[in-house]
Amino acid sequence: MLTEKEVEHIAQLARLELSEKEKAKFQKELSLVLDYVDKLKELDIGQVEPTTSGSGSANVMRSDFGNSAYSPETVVKILEQVPDKKDGFLKVKAILK
Amino acid sequence: MMDLKKFTIKDVQDGMKKRDFSAKELHSEFLDLIEKENGKLNAYLSVAEFQEPADGELVGVSLAVKDNICIKDTITTAGSKILKNHKAVYDATVISKLRSAGATFLGKTNLDEFAMGASTENSAFGVTKNPHDHSRVSGGSSGGSAAAVAAGLAVAALGSDTGGSIRQPAAFCGIVGLKPTYGRVSRYGLIAMASSLDQVGPLTKNVYDSALLLNFLAGKDSMDSTTVNERVPDFTENLGKSIKGLKIAMPKEYFGEGLDSEVNNKIEQAISKLEALGAHIDQVNMPHADYALATYYLIVPSEVSSNLARYDGIRYGLRKEGENLLDTYLKSRSEGFGEEVRRRIILGTYALSSGYYEAYYLRAQKVRTLIRQDFEKVFERFDVIVGPTTPTTAFKIGEKVDPLSMYLSDIYTVSVNLAGLPAISVPCGKVGDLPVGLQIIGRKFDEETILRLAYQYNGS
Repeated sequence: MLTEKEVEHIAQLARLELSEKEKAKFQKELSLVLDYVDKLKELDIGQVEPTTSGSGSANVMRSDFGNSAYSPETVVKILEQVPDKKDGFLKVKAILK
Repeated sequence: MMDLKKFTIKDVQDGMKKRDFSAKELHSEFLDLIEKENGKLNAYLSVAEFQEPADGELVGVSLAVKDNICIKDTITTAGSKILKNHKAVYDATVISKLRSAGATFLGKTNLDEFAMGASTENSAFGVTKNPHDHSRVSGGSSGGSAAAVAAGLAVAALGSDTGGSIRQPAAFCGIVGLKPTYGRVSRYGLIAMASSLDQVGPLTKNVYDSALLLNFLAGKDSMDSTTVNERVPDFTENLGKSIKGLKIAMPKEYFGEGLDSEVNNKIEQAISKLEALGAHIDQVNMPHADYALATYYLIVPSEVSSNLARYDGIRYGLRKEGENLLDTYLKSRSEGFGEEVRRRIILGTYALSSGYYEAYYLRAQKVRTLIRQDFEKVFERFDVIVGPTTPTTAFKIGEKVDPLSMYLSDIYTVSVNLAGLPAISVPCGKVGDLPVGLQIIGRKFDEETILRLAYQYNGS
Protein backbone atom coordinates (compact mmCIF):
# COMPACT_ATOMS: atom_id res chain seq x y z
CA MET A 1 0.00 0.00 0.00
CA LEU A 2 1.35 3.41 -0.98
CA THR A 3 1.09 6.13 1.61
CA GLU A 4 -0.34 9.51 0.72
CA LYS A 5 3.07 11.00 1.46
CA GLU A 6 4.70 8.64 -1.08
CA VAL A 7 2.16 9.62 -3.75
CA GLU A 8 2.92 13.26 -3.03
CA HIS A 9 6.68 12.68 -3.26
CA ILE A 10 6.44 10.73 -6.54
CA ALA A 11 4.12 13.33 -8.04
CA GLN A 12 6.68 15.99 -7.15
CA LEU A 13 9.43 13.95 -8.84
CA ALA A 14 7.22 13.67 -11.93
CA ARG A 15 6.50 17.42 -11.84
CA LEU A 16 2.78 16.91 -11.29
CA GLU A 17 0.59 18.79 -8.88
CA LEU A 18 -2.28 16.80 -7.31
CA SER A 19 -5.30 18.05 -5.40
CA GLU A 20 -6.07 16.47 -2.00
CA LYS A 21 -8.90 14.51 -3.59
CA GLU A 22 -6.65 13.23 -6.38
CA LYS A 23 -3.97 12.21 -3.89
CA ALA A 24 -6.43 9.96 -2.07
CA LYS A 25 -7.83 8.60 -5.33
CA PHE A 26 -4.44 7.84 -6.86
CA GLN A 27 -3.23 6.33 -3.60
CA LYS A 28 -6.05 3.81 -3.73
CA GLU A 29 -5.87 3.08 -7.46
CA LEU A 30 -2.10 2.83 -7.67
CA SER A 31 -2.05 0.50 -4.69
CA LEU A 32 -4.49 -1.79 -6.51
CA VAL A 33 -2.26 -1.82 -9.60
CA LEU A 34 0.85 -2.45 -7.49
CA ASP A 35 -0.90 -5.35 -5.73
CA TYR A 36 -1.75 -6.77 -9.13
CA VAL A 37 1.78 -6.49 -10.56
CA ASP A 38 3.14 -8.14 -7.39
CA LYS A 39 2.27 -11.45 -9.00
CA LEU A 40 5.57 -11.16 -10.91
CA LYS A 41 7.27 -12.00 -7.60
CA GLU A 42 5.98 -15.57 -7.93
CA LEU A 43 8.52 -16.22 -10.71
CA ASP A 44 12.14 -17.26 -10.26
CA ILE A 45 14.05 -14.83 -12.47
CA GLY A 46 17.53 -15.31 -10.99
CA GLN A 47 19.34 -16.32 -14.21
CA VAL A 48 17.09 -14.50 -16.71
CA GLU A 49 18.49 -11.66 -18.83
CA PRO A 50 16.21 -8.62 -19.20
CA THR A 51 14.60 -7.80 -22.58
CA THR A 52 15.00 -4.10 -23.19
CA SER A 53 13.62 -3.70 -26.69
CA GLY A 54 11.08 -5.16 -29.08
CA SER A 55 13.70 -6.02 -31.68
CA GLY A 56 16.70 -7.00 -29.58
CA SER A 57 18.80 -4.22 -31.10
CA ALA A 58 20.64 -1.79 -28.86
CA ASN A 59 22.71 1.37 -29.26
CA VAL A 60 22.35 1.85 -33.00
CA MET A 61 24.92 4.48 -33.97
CA ARG A 62 25.09 6.88 -36.89
CA SER A 63 27.89 9.12 -38.12
CA ASP A 64 28.12 12.34 -36.17
CA PHE A 65 27.27 14.92 -38.79
CA GLY A 66 24.42 17.35 -39.28
CA ASN A 67 21.71 16.67 -41.80
CA SER A 68 19.36 18.91 -43.66
CA ALA A 69 16.14 17.55 -42.14
CA TYR A 70 15.52 20.88 -40.53
CA SER A 71 15.41 23.60 -43.13
CA PRO A 72 15.33 27.28 -42.07
CA GLU A 73 11.59 27.15 -42.83
CA THR A 74 11.16 24.25 -40.38
CA VAL A 75 13.15 26.08 -37.72
CA VAL A 76 10.76 29.02 -38.03
CA LYS A 77 7.82 26.65 -37.66
CA ILE A 78 9.36 24.99 -34.60
CA LEU A 79 9.82 28.38 -33.00
CA GLU A 80 6.18 29.24 -33.76
CA GLN A 81 5.23 26.42 -31.36
CA VAL A 82 7.01 28.03 -28.40
CA PRO A 83 4.44 29.42 -25.96
CA ASP A 84 6.58 32.36 -24.84
CA LYS A 85 9.59 33.74 -26.68
CA LYS A 86 11.57 36.88 -27.34
CA ASP A 87 13.93 37.72 -30.24
CA GLY A 88 14.06 34.07 -31.31
CA PHE A 89 14.84 32.82 -27.80
CA LEU A 90 12.63 30.74 -25.51
CA LYS A 91 11.48 32.75 -22.54
CA VAL A 92 11.43 31.10 -19.09
CA LYS A 93 11.22 32.25 -15.51
CA ALA A 94 14.53 33.11 -13.87
CA ILE A 95 15.98 30.16 -11.99
CA LEU A 96 18.56 32.22 -10.08
CA LYS A 97 17.53 34.87 -7.61
CA MET B 1 -20.96 5.22 -58.42
CA MET B 2 -21.12 2.28 -55.99
CA ASP B 3 -21.58 2.82 -52.26
CA LEU B 4 -18.75 5.09 -51.18
CA LYS B 5 -18.85 3.73 -47.64
CA LYS B 6 -17.90 0.25 -48.82
CA PHE B 7 -14.96 1.39 -50.96
CA THR B 8 -11.85 -0.70 -50.55
CA ILE B 9 -8.47 0.28 -51.98
CA LYS B 10 -9.10 -2.01 -54.92
CA ASP B 11 -12.45 -0.32 -55.64
CA VAL B 12 -10.70 3.05 -55.64
CA GLN B 13 -7.97 1.78 -57.97
CA ASP B 14 -10.53 0.29 -60.37
CA GLY B 15 -12.66 3.45 -60.35
CA MET B 16 -9.64 5.65 -60.95
CA LYS B 17 -8.57 3.47 -63.86
CA LYS B 18 -12.01 3.71 -65.42
CA ARG B 19 -12.08 7.43 -64.70
CA ASP B 20 -15.34 7.05 -62.74
CA PHE B 21 -14.13 9.76 -60.41
CA SER B 22 -11.08 11.83 -59.57
CA ALA B 23 -9.09 11.83 -56.33
CA LYS B 24 -10.45 15.29 -55.62
CA GLU B 25 -14.07 14.17 -56.09
CA LEU B 26 -13.55 11.22 -53.75
CA HIS B 27 -11.96 13.43 -51.12
CA SER B 28 -14.80 15.90 -51.26
CA GLU B 29 -17.48 13.16 -51.14
CA PHE B 30 -15.82 11.69 -48.08
CA LEU B 31 -15.68 15.10 -46.42
CA ASP B 32 -19.42 15.49 -47.08
CA LEU B 33 -20.06 12.11 -45.47
CA ILE B 34 -17.89 13.00 -42.49
CA GLU B 35 -19.68 16.33 -42.13
CA LYS B 36 -22.99 14.46 -42.06
CA GLU B 37 -22.12 11.52 -39.85
CA ASN B 38 -19.18 12.36 -37.65
CA GLY B 39 -21.33 14.24 -35.15
CA LYS B 40 -22.90 10.97 -34.00
CA LEU B 41 -19.63 9.03 -33.80
CA ASN B 42 -16.89 11.54 -32.93
CA ALA B 43 -14.41 9.47 -34.96
CA TYR B 44 -12.62 12.47 -36.50
CA LEU B 45 -11.12 15.30 -34.48
CA SER B 46 -10.30 17.38 -37.56
CA VAL B 47 -10.54 17.14 -41.33
CA ALA B 48 -8.01 18.14 -43.96
CA GLU B 49 -8.34 19.96 -47.24
CA PHE B 50 -7.59 18.17 -50.47
CA GLN B 51 -4.01 18.33 -51.67
CA GLU B 52 -3.07 17.39 -55.21
CA PRO B 53 -1.68 13.83 -54.89
CA ALA B 54 1.61 12.51 -56.21
CA ASP B 55 1.43 10.01 -59.03
CA GLY B 56 1.37 6.44 -57.72
CA GLU B 57 -0.50 3.26 -56.94
CA LEU B 58 -2.57 4.84 -54.15
CA VAL B 59 -4.02 7.85 -55.99
CA GLY B 60 -7.53 8.44 -54.69
CA VAL B 61 -7.02 6.31 -51.59
CA SER B 62 -8.50 8.58 -48.90
CA LEU B 63 -7.12 7.74 -45.48
CA ALA B 64 -7.93 8.62 -41.88
CA VAL B 65 -4.94 9.08 -39.59
CA LYS B 66 -4.79 8.59 -35.83
CA ASP B 67 -4.08 11.95 -34.23
CA ASN B 68 -0.77 10.86 -32.70
CA ILE B 69 0.84 10.67 -36.16
CA CYS B 70 2.26 13.92 -37.47
CA ILE B 71 1.02 15.42 -40.74
CA LYS B 72 2.91 18.57 -41.62
CA ASP B 73 1.10 21.85 -40.89
CA THR B 74 -1.93 20.14 -39.32
CA ILE B 75 -3.01 20.17 -35.70
CA THR B 76 -1.78 16.99 -33.98
CA THR B 77 -3.23 16.66 -30.49
CA ALA B 78 -2.50 13.06 -29.42
CA GLY B 79 -5.94 13.36 -27.80
CA SER B 80 -4.47 15.64 -25.14
CA LYS B 81 -5.23 19.12 -23.94
CA ILE B 82 -1.50 19.71 -23.61
CA LEU B 83 -1.15 19.52 -27.44
CA LYS B 84 -4.57 20.99 -28.26
CA ASN B 85 -3.10 23.68 -30.53
CA HIS B 86 0.03 21.86 -31.60
CA LYS B 87 0.81 22.12 -35.30
CA ALA B 88 3.09 19.36 -36.59
CA VAL B 89 6.14 20.77 -38.33
CA TYR B 90 6.95 17.67 -40.37
CA ASP B 91 5.38 14.53 -41.89
CA ALA B 92 5.83 11.23 -40.10
CA THR B 93 7.76 8.76 -42.27
CA VAL B 94 4.60 6.67 -42.78
CA ILE B 95 2.80 9.80 -44.00
CA SER B 96 5.52 10.81 -46.45
CA LYS B 97 5.68 7.25 -47.79
CA LEU B 98 1.92 7.08 -48.37
CA ARG B 99 1.89 10.62 -49.73
CA SER B 100 4.51 9.83 -52.35
CA ALA B 101 2.45 6.78 -53.39
CA GLY B 102 -0.48 9.10 -54.14
CA ALA B 103 -2.63 8.67 -51.00
CA THR B 104 -4.60 11.61 -49.62
CA PHE B 105 -5.50 12.31 -46.00
CA LEU B 106 -9.05 13.05 -44.90
CA GLY B 107 -8.27 14.06 -41.35
CA LYS B 108 -7.13 13.06 -37.88
CA THR B 109 -8.97 10.57 -35.70
CA ASN B 110 -9.74 10.38 -32.01
CA LEU B 111 -7.71 8.34 -29.52
CA ASP B 112 -7.21 7.87 -25.82
CA GLU B 113 -4.90 10.60 -24.59
CA PHE B 114 -1.36 9.77 -25.80
CA ALA B 115 -2.78 6.36 -26.83
CA MET B 116 -3.23 5.31 -23.19
CA GLY B 117 -6.47 3.41 -22.96
CA ALA B 118 -8.75 0.82 -24.51
CA SER B 119 -11.90 2.81 -25.24
CA THR B 120 -11.09 6.44 -26.28
CA GLU B 121 -12.82 7.45 -23.04
CA ASN B 122 -9.47 8.93 -21.99
CA SER B 123 -9.47 11.38 -24.91
CA ALA B 124 -9.60 15.04 -23.93
CA PHE B 125 -12.04 15.48 -26.81
CA GLY B 126 -14.81 13.02 -25.91
CA VAL B 127 -15.45 9.34 -26.57
CA THR B 128 -15.77 7.76 -30.03
CA LYS B 129 -18.92 5.67 -30.34
CA ASN B 130 -19.07 2.22 -31.81
CA PRO B 131 -20.78 2.34 -35.25
CA HIS B 132 -22.53 -0.98 -34.44
CA ASP B 133 -24.05 0.35 -31.19
CA HIS B 134 -23.76 3.98 -30.18
CA SER B 135 -24.04 3.20 -26.47
CA ARG B 136 -20.77 1.26 -26.66
CA VAL B 137 -17.10 2.15 -27.06
CA SER B 138 -15.24 1.73 -30.34
CA GLY B 139 -12.25 0.37 -28.43
CA GLY B 140 -8.90 2.02 -28.14
CA SER B 141 -6.68 3.57 -28.31
CA SER B 142 -7.11 3.77 -32.13
CA GLY B 143 -10.89 3.92 -31.66
CA GLY B 144 -11.40 6.90 -33.97
CA SER B 145 -9.57 5.21 -36.85
CA ALA B 146 -11.47 1.93 -36.33
CA ALA B 147 -14.85 3.66 -36.14
CA ALA B 148 -14.07 5.79 -39.22
CA VAL B 149 -13.26 2.71 -41.31
CA ALA B 150 -16.15 0.62 -39.94
CA ALA B 151 -18.63 3.44 -40.61
CA GLY B 152 -17.23 3.93 -44.12
CA LEU B 153 -15.94 7.44 -43.44
CA ALA B 154 -12.55 6.52 -44.94
CA VAL B 155 -11.18 3.90 -47.31
CA ALA B 156 -8.70 2.79 -44.64
CA ALA B 157 -6.84 4.27 -41.68
CA LEU B 158 -3.58 4.36 -39.79
CA GLY B 159 -3.31 3.55 -36.10
CA SER B 160 -0.66 2.72 -33.57
CA ASP B 161 -0.45 -0.35 -31.36
CA THR B 162 1.47 -0.49 -28.07
CA GLY B 163 -0.52 -3.24 -26.36
CA GLY B 164 -3.45 -3.89 -28.68
CA SER B 165 -4.46 -0.39 -29.75
CA ILE B 166 -4.96 -1.39 -33.41
CA ARG B 167 -6.23 -4.95 -32.94
CA GLN B 168 -8.69 -4.37 -30.09
CA PRO B 169 -10.66 -1.49 -31.72
CA ALA B 170 -10.55 -3.39 -35.04
CA ALA B 171 -12.16 -6.36 -33.25
CA PHE B 172 -14.76 -4.15 -31.53
CA CYS B 173 -15.67 -2.43 -34.81
CA GLY B 174 -15.61 -5.49 -37.08
CA ILE B 175 -12.68 -4.56 -39.33
CA VAL B 176 -9.12 -5.79 -40.00
CA GLY B 177 -6.30 -4.41 -37.84
CA LEU B 178 -2.62 -5.27 -38.30
CA LYS B 179 0.22 -4.68 -35.87
CA PRO B 180 3.43 -5.28 -37.81
CA THR B 181 6.61 -6.71 -36.26
CA TYR B 182 8.48 -4.29 -34.01
CA GLY B 183 11.09 -2.73 -36.29
CA ARG B 184 9.09 -3.29 -39.49
CA VAL B 185 7.55 0.20 -39.73
CA SER B 186 9.14 3.54 -38.84
CA ARG B 187 7.78 5.44 -35.84
CA TYR B 188 9.43 8.72 -36.84
CA GLY B 189 6.64 11.26 -36.40
CA LEU B 190 4.55 9.01 -34.16
CA ILE B 191 4.12 10.69 -30.79
CA ALA B 192 5.91 8.29 -28.45
CA MET B 193 4.13 6.40 -25.69
CA ALA B 194 6.18 3.31 -24.78
CA SER B 195 9.09 3.19 -27.20
CA SER B 196 10.07 -0.47 -26.76
CA LEU B 197 6.54 -1.47 -27.82
CA ASP B 198 4.98 1.19 -30.10
CA GLN B 199 4.31 0.23 -33.72
CA VAL B 200 2.29 1.86 -36.56
CA GLY B 201 -0.09 -0.22 -38.66
CA PRO B 202 -3.16 -0.19 -40.95
CA LEU B 203 -6.88 -0.55 -40.13
CA THR B 204 -8.76 -1.73 -43.21
CA LYS B 205 -11.99 -3.19 -44.55
CA ASN B 206 -10.33 -6.37 -45.75
CA VAL B 207 -7.07 -8.30 -45.55
CA TYR B 208 -5.92 -7.43 -49.06
CA ASP B 209 -5.92 -3.71 -48.21
CA SER B 210 -3.96 -4.42 -45.04
CA ALA B 211 -1.28 -6.29 -47.02
CA LEU B 212 -1.19 -3.62 -49.71
CA LEU B 213 -0.76 -0.75 -47.25
CA LEU B 214 1.99 -2.64 -45.43
CA ASN B 215 3.89 -2.72 -48.74
CA PHE B 216 4.13 1.06 -48.52
CA LEU B 217 4.59 1.39 -44.74
CA ALA B 218 7.36 -1.16 -44.26
CA GLY B 219 11.09 -0.62 -44.44
CA LYS B 220 14.16 0.68 -42.70
CA ASP B 221 14.21 4.39 -41.93
CA SER B 222 17.30 6.30 -40.94
CA MET B 223 15.09 8.51 -38.75
CA ASP B 224 14.04 5.57 -36.53
CA SER B 225 16.99 3.50 -35.35
CA THR B 226 14.72 0.66 -34.21
CA THR B 227 13.68 -0.13 -37.79
CA VAL B 228 15.35 -3.21 -39.17
CA ASN B 229 16.93 -3.86 -42.53
CA GLU B 230 14.69 -6.80 -43.43
CA ARG B 231 13.61 -7.76 -46.90
CA VAL B 232 10.21 -6.19 -47.67
CA PRO B 233 8.25 -8.66 -49.80
CA ASP B 234 5.11 -7.84 -51.77
CA PHE B 235 2.73 -8.76 -48.96
CA THR B 236 -0.18 -9.24 -51.38
CA GLU B 237 1.65 -11.79 -53.52
CA ASN B 238 0.95 -14.97 -51.55
CA LEU B 239 -2.48 -14.14 -50.13
CA GLY B 240 -4.18 -16.52 -52.52
CA LYS B 241 -2.01 -19.52 -51.61
CA SER B 242 -3.64 -22.38 -49.75
CA ILE B 243 -3.03 -22.79 -46.01
CA LYS B 244 -3.06 -26.56 -46.34
CA GLY B 245 -0.59 -28.09 -43.90
CA LEU B 246 -0.02 -24.85 -41.99
CA LYS B 247 0.61 -25.58 -38.31
CA ILE B 248 -1.54 -23.55 -35.95
CA ALA B 249 -1.12 -23.40 -32.17
CA MET B 250 -4.02 -22.68 -29.82
CA PRO B 251 -2.69 -21.64 -26.40
CA LYS B 252 -4.83 -23.07 -23.56
CA GLU B 253 -4.19 -19.91 -21.57
CA TYR B 254 -6.07 -17.81 -24.16
CA PHE B 255 -9.26 -19.76 -23.56
CA GLY B 256 -9.47 -19.65 -19.78
CA GLU B 257 -11.26 -17.65 -17.14
CA GLY B 258 -12.45 -14.20 -18.22
CA LEU B 259 -13.23 -15.18 -21.82
CA ASP B 260 -16.88 -14.56 -22.67
CA SER B 261 -18.51 -17.87 -23.62
CA GLU B 262 -20.17 -16.50 -26.77
CA VAL B 263 -16.91 -14.95 -27.94
CA ASN B 264 -15.30 -18.32 -27.23
CA ASN B 265 -17.89 -20.04 -29.47
CA LYS B 266 -17.14 -17.69 -32.37
CA ILE B 267 -13.39 -18.27 -32.02
CA GLU B 268 -13.87 -22.03 -31.94
CA GLN B 269 -16.04 -21.86 -35.06
CA ALA B 270 -13.35 -19.82 -36.78
CA ILE B 271 -10.72 -22.35 -35.80
CA SER B 272 -12.88 -25.20 -37.18
CA LYS B 273 -13.05 -23.32 -40.47
CA LEU B 274 -9.25 -23.03 -40.54
CA GLU B 275 -9.09 -26.77 -39.96
CA ALA B 276 -11.52 -27.32 -42.81
CA LEU B 277 -9.21 -25.24 -45.01
CA GLY B 278 -6.48 -27.81 -44.33
CA ALA B 279 -4.54 -26.34 -41.42
CA HIS B 280 -3.34 -28.51 -38.52
CA ILE B 281 -4.46 -27.25 -35.11
CA ASP B 282 -2.97 -28.26 -31.80
CA GLN B 283 -3.24 -26.98 -28.25
CA VAL B 284 -0.14 -25.62 -26.56
CA ASN B 285 0.82 -24.14 -23.20
CA MET B 286 2.24 -20.68 -22.79
CA PRO B 287 3.17 -20.86 -19.12
CA HIS B 288 3.93 -17.18 -18.67
CA ALA B 289 0.87 -15.80 -20.49
CA ASP B 290 -0.73 -15.06 -17.15
CA TYR B 291 2.11 -12.64 -16.29
CA ALA B 292 1.96 -10.59 -19.49
CA LEU B 293 -0.48 -7.95 -18.29
CA ALA B 294 1.40 -7.27 -15.05
CA THR B 295 4.67 -7.05 -17.00
CA TYR B 296 3.08 -4.70 -19.51
CA TYR B 297 1.64 -2.40 -16.83
CA LEU B 298 5.09 -1.91 -15.33
CA ILE B 299 7.05 -1.46 -18.55
CA VAL B 300 4.54 0.90 -20.17
CA PRO B 301 4.17 3.39 -17.29
CA SER B 302 7.94 3.39 -16.83
CA GLU B 303 8.56 4.30 -20.45
CA VAL B 304 5.63 6.73 -20.38
CA SER B 305 7.04 8.61 -17.42
CA SER B 306 10.29 9.07 -19.32
CA ASN B 307 8.79 9.87 -22.74
CA LEU B 308 6.29 12.40 -21.41
CA ALA B 309 8.90 14.32 -19.43
CA ARG B 310 9.34 16.40 -22.59
CA TYR B 311 6.00 18.17 -22.05
CA ASP B 312 7.28 20.93 -19.85
CA GLY B 313 5.26 23.89 -21.09
CA ILE B 314 8.41 25.58 -22.35
CA ARG B 315 9.14 24.50 -25.91
CA TYR B 316 5.71 23.61 -27.25
CA GLY B 317 2.25 22.73 -26.03
CA LEU B 318 0.22 24.21 -23.23
CA ARG B 319 1.93 26.57 -20.79
CA LYS B 320 0.39 27.68 -17.50
CA GLU B 321 2.52 30.43 -16.05
CA GLY B 322 3.55 29.85 -12.42
CA GLU B 323 5.43 31.89 -9.84
CA ASN B 324 8.73 30.27 -10.75
CA LEU B 325 10.05 27.70 -13.22
CA LEU B 326 9.13 24.68 -11.07
CA ASP B 327 5.67 26.07 -10.57
CA THR B 328 5.28 26.54 -14.33
CA TYR B 329 6.19 22.88 -14.89
CA LEU B 330 3.76 21.72 -12.22
CA LYS B 331 0.87 23.84 -13.45
CA SER B 332 1.38 23.18 -17.17
CA ARG B 333 1.64 19.42 -16.73
CA SER B 334 -1.18 19.12 -14.22
CA GLU B 335 -3.54 21.17 -16.32
CA GLY B 336 -2.46 19.65 -19.63
CA PHE B 337 -2.51 15.92 -18.79
CA GLY B 338 -5.70 13.96 -18.11
CA GLU B 339 -6.20 11.51 -15.31
CA GLU B 340 -4.98 8.26 -16.88
CA VAL B 341 -1.85 9.92 -18.22
CA ARG B 342 -1.04 11.32 -14.78
CA ARG B 343 -1.78 7.94 -13.19
CA ARG B 344 0.67 6.22 -15.51
CA ILE B 345 3.35 8.87 -15.12
CA ILE B 346 3.16 8.50 -11.35
CA LEU B 347 3.20 4.70 -11.48
CA GLY B 348 6.16 4.76 -13.87
CA THR B 349 8.07 7.30 -11.84
CA TYR B 350 7.56 5.07 -8.81
CA ALA B 351 8.65 1.90 -10.66
CA LEU B 352 11.83 3.62 -11.86
CA SER B 353 12.68 5.40 -8.62
CA SER B 354 15.69 4.57 -6.53
CA GLY B 355 15.06 1.48 -4.39
CA TYR B 356 12.18 0.21 -6.54
CA TYR B 357 13.81 -0.07 -9.97
CA GLU B 358 15.00 -3.65 -9.44
CA ALA B 359 11.82 -4.84 -7.78
CA TYR B 360 9.59 -3.47 -10.50
CA TYR B 361 11.07 -2.32 -13.82
CA LEU B 362 14.04 -4.71 -14.01
CA ARG B 363 11.92 -7.63 -12.82
CA ALA B 364 9.31 -6.82 -15.48
CA GLN B 365 12.00 -6.76 -18.19
CA LYS B 366 13.18 -10.19 -17.06
CA VAL B 367 9.66 -11.61 -17.12
CA ARG B 368 9.38 -10.07 -20.58
CA THR B 369 12.21 -12.41 -21.60
CA LEU B 370 10.25 -15.42 -20.29
CA ILE B 371 7.16 -14.33 -22.23
CA ARG B 372 9.22 -13.89 -25.41
CA GLN B 373 10.75 -17.36 -24.92
CA ASP B 374 7.29 -18.92 -24.57
CA PHE B 375 6.53 -17.65 -28.08
CA GLU B 376 9.91 -18.75 -29.45
CA LYS B 377 9.30 -22.27 -28.17
CA VAL B 378 5.86 -22.48 -29.77
CA PHE B 379 7.21 -21.13 -33.08
CA GLU B 380 9.79 -23.94 -33.20
CA ARG B 381 6.89 -26.30 -33.91
CA PHE B 382 4.12 -24.05 -35.27
CA ASP B 383 3.71 -21.42 -37.99
CA VAL B 384 1.12 -19.23 -36.28
CA ILE B 385 -0.80 -18.85 -33.03
CA VAL B 386 -4.53 -18.11 -32.96
CA GLY B 387 -6.98 -17.03 -30.28
CA PRO B 388 -9.45 -14.28 -29.42
CA THR B 389 -8.36 -10.65 -29.86
CA THR B 390 -10.40 -9.56 -26.83
CA PRO B 391 -12.12 -11.38 -23.94
CA THR B 392 -15.49 -9.68 -24.64
CA THR B 393 -17.25 -7.70 -27.35
CA ALA B 394 -17.36 -3.87 -27.13
CA PHE B 395 -18.34 -2.73 -23.65
CA LYS B 396 -20.69 0.09 -22.66
CA ILE B 397 -19.45 3.66 -22.48
CA GLY B 398 -18.75 4.36 -18.80
CA GLU B 399 -18.88 0.69 -17.83
CA LYS B 400 -15.26 0.27 -16.73
CA VAL B 401 -14.67 2.54 -13.80
CA ASP B 402 -11.48 1.30 -12.18
CA PRO B 403 -8.26 1.31 -14.22
CA LEU B 404 -7.47 -2.35 -13.62
CA SER B 405 -10.71 -3.61 -15.21
CA MET B 406 -9.95 -1.45 -18.27
CA TYR B 407 -6.42 -2.92 -18.44
CA LEU B 408 -7.90 -6.43 -18.51
CA SER B 409 -9.39 -5.85 -21.97
CA ASP B 410 -5.81 -5.94 -23.31
CA ILE B 411 -5.12 -9.36 -21.85
CA TYR B 412 -4.67 -11.26 -25.16
CA THR B 413 -2.91 -8.51 -27.07
CA VAL B 414 -0.13 -7.14 -24.82
CA SER B 415 2.11 -10.21 -24.92
CA VAL B 416 2.49 -9.80 -28.70
CA ASN B 417 4.01 -6.34 -28.18
CA LEU B 418 6.22 -7.56 -25.34
CA ALA B 419 7.63 -10.20 -27.71
CA GLY B 420 7.86 -7.77 -30.68
CA LEU B 421 5.78 -10.05 -32.95
CA PRO B 422 3.32 -9.28 -35.78
CA ALA B 423 -0.40 -9.98 -35.23
CA ILE B 424 -3.64 -9.32 -37.05
CA SER B 425 -7.27 -9.18 -35.91
CA VAL B 426 -9.89 -10.29 -38.45
CA PRO B 427 -13.67 -10.26 -37.99
CA CYS B 428 -15.09 -13.72 -37.21
CA GLY B 429 -18.79 -13.18 -36.75
CA LYS B 430 -20.95 -11.32 -34.27
CA VAL B 431 -22.51 -11.82 -30.88
CA GLY B 432 -25.83 -10.01 -31.25
CA ASP B 433 -24.92 -6.81 -33.12
CA LEU B 434 -21.37 -6.78 -31.88
CA PRO B 435 -18.38 -8.01 -33.88
CA VAL B 436 -15.80 -10.51 -32.60
CA GLY B 437 -12.14 -10.54 -33.65
CA LEU B 438 -9.89 -13.52 -34.28
CA GLN B 439 -6.24 -12.80 -33.47
CA ILE B 440 -3.52 -14.43 -35.54
CA ILE B 441 0.06 -14.07 -34.27
CA GLY B 442 3.11 -14.80 -36.40
CA ARG B 443 6.86 -15.22 -36.22
CA LYS B 444 9.00 -12.09 -36.29
CA PHE B 445 8.88 -10.46 -39.74
CA ASP B 446 6.51 -13.14 -41.01
CA GLU B 447 3.53 -10.88 -41.68
CA GLU B 448 3.12 -12.81 -44.94
CA THR B 449 1.87 -15.95 -43.21
CA ILE B 450 -0.60 -14.24 -40.84
CA LEU B 451 -1.94 -12.14 -43.72
CA ARG B 452 -2.33 -15.24 -45.88
CA LEU B 453 -4.15 -17.13 -43.12
CA ALA B 454 -6.40 -14.12 -42.47
CA TYR B 455 -7.11 -13.73 -46.20
CA GLN B 456 -7.92 -17.41 -46.65
CA TYR B 457 -10.20 -17.26 -43.62
CA ASN B 458 -12.02 -14.10 -44.69
CA GLY B 459 -11.99 -14.61 -48.43
CA SER B 460 -10.89 -11.03 -49.21
